[in-house]
Amino acid sequence: MAREEKCIYLDNNATTPIDPRVLDAMLPYFHTMPGNPSSIHAAGLKARQAVESARERVSTLLDCRSDEIYFTSGGTESDNIAIKGTCFAQEERKKIITSSIEHHAVLTVCEYMQKFGYELVKVPVDRHGIVDLDFLNRAVDERTLLVSIMHANNETGTIEPIQKISKITHRHGAIFHTDAVQTVGKIPIDTDTLMVDMLSLSGHKFYGPKGVGALYVRRGIRFDPLAHGGHHERSKRAGTENVPGIIGLGEACSIALNEMTAEELRLKILRDRLWQSISEKIPKVSLNGHPTERLSGTLNFSVEYVEGESMLLKLDLEGICASSGSACTSGSLEASHVLVAMGIPHALAHGSLRFSLGRFNTEKDIDAVIDVLPGIVEKLREISPLYGR
Amino acid sequence: MQYSRKVMDHFMNPRNVGEIENPDGIGTCGNPVCGDLMTFHIKVEPQSDDLNAARISQIRFKTFGCGAAIAVASMASEMAQGKTLSEVIQMSRDDVAKSLDGLPPIKMHCSNIGVQAIQEAIKDYLKRIGRQDLAGQVKGCPKEPH
Repeated sequence: MAREEKCIYLDNNATTPIDPRVLDAMLPYFHTMPGNPSSIHAAGLKARQAVESARERVSTLLDCRSDEIYFTSGGTESDNIAIKGTCFAQEERKKIITSSIEHHAVLTVCEYMQKFGYELVKVPVDRHGIVDLDFLNRAVDERTLLVSIMHANNETGTIEPIQKISKITHRHGAIFHTDAVQTVGKIPIDTDTLMVDMLSLSGHKFYGPKGVGALYVRRGIRFDPLAHGGHHERSKRAGTENVPGIIGLGEACSIALNEMTAEELRLKILRDRLWQSISEKIPKVSLNGHPTERLSGTLNFSVEYVEGESMLLKLDLEGICASSGSACTSGSLEASHVLVAMGIPHALAHGSLRFSLGRFNTEKDIDAVIDVLPGIVEKLREISPLYGR
Repeated sequence: MQYSRKVMDHFMNPRNVGEIENPDGIGTCGNPVCGDLMTFHIKVEPQSDDLNAARISQIRFKTFGCGAAIAVASMASEMAQGKTLSEVIQMSRDDVAKSLDGLPPIKMHCSNIGVQAIQEAIKDYLKRIGRQDLAGQVKGCPKEPH
């Protein structure tokens, strides 16, 4: 149902509202600073300088060199370039390893590469969603080109042991890519400490604009472009730069760098209070995801005997925006592949709810959920044939 | 999810929710693995094996499922209430969807199982009165919901 009023937005892992400071930084580049960074006139030079300054700001956040950053249209494109680009740049190695809980932007691309003769291995996860390192260790060999495992999962917030994964990957000379769309701007990332070779990020997941992202590629890692054309992005991604978007991404990175530590703590306190109240007031709920190795703004849990979409609809009517791993909300007929891979029974996966908190949420938003959710669950349980059996 | 006003009305205020003590028939369709499950209880009057005479005099349901599934069960219960068994046996999933002013395409298959669940209850009734032969002719719930 269309809602005109302002909603209590607790779906920040899906996308975030743009930070007004980011918007302010972008606005001039839509009109008063019209230059194409490839032009040699003053307006063009200004745009070029702004884009390069934004590149610096992204690289500062990731602790890498600015020439290791390639701007893209977002997380999905970055993942596509990382996976297909490394495959197309070589012919020797024909094996890709990923995890069973990746975002579709990685899973579907890896599956597609099977058409080109690539063997695909999906590493399973434990009940908290942590990848099985022993399995990975056995799977990586000298035929392995690429290991792509996400930094943190979008549904559960579980953070993967990236450093250990890169070590295993590098033992056999394979390339390690991580989809860090959920972690960039939220937790500290140092590309050298994590030992990643490629890393995808997306602007709109951390208060930047939609339609812009970046791919970090360590110097020396070979990859082919997917979009051929002009010499943009050092001939690795042709097409006129999304200047306002790139400026916005740079600003979002700088803000995140300054505010990350305090914000992480603030969100953790809010989230833990939310979960404590929910688990006190609603019987038969269970946390999905790692109890501690988890993004501080993410809360995913299952409500027994009730289906997720019906809870979301009722929350929406109360003005609260959240998310679920139920089949009904995935656009497919399957429950969340992430929760199922963690061994969570289908009925509980259908009954999952995700609240993802962000920069603009306050105590009041949490109170609103605590006020209405127990009643919503009770009503739906009353009509559930599974309840009270 | 874009639902019609009617779907939202039945979702928010479902009719005929509950169970019946000593029902004449119980029918279930769906399963929690797919995310949709419905159970219907019916009372039949008069207790006849004449499908054109016997009517559903009372109907109650319970649903585990999405908004569409709850609305479908509620609407199907309203449509079946007071009808003869033969009329209910002839009802289709499309009739329910139409009465709800349509359902999103993805909901047409899995969630739209109200009619089948009620037909299961009719089968159960016919078996209870010893008419397995008639019960066998009622379609009911498909074994593979997908």
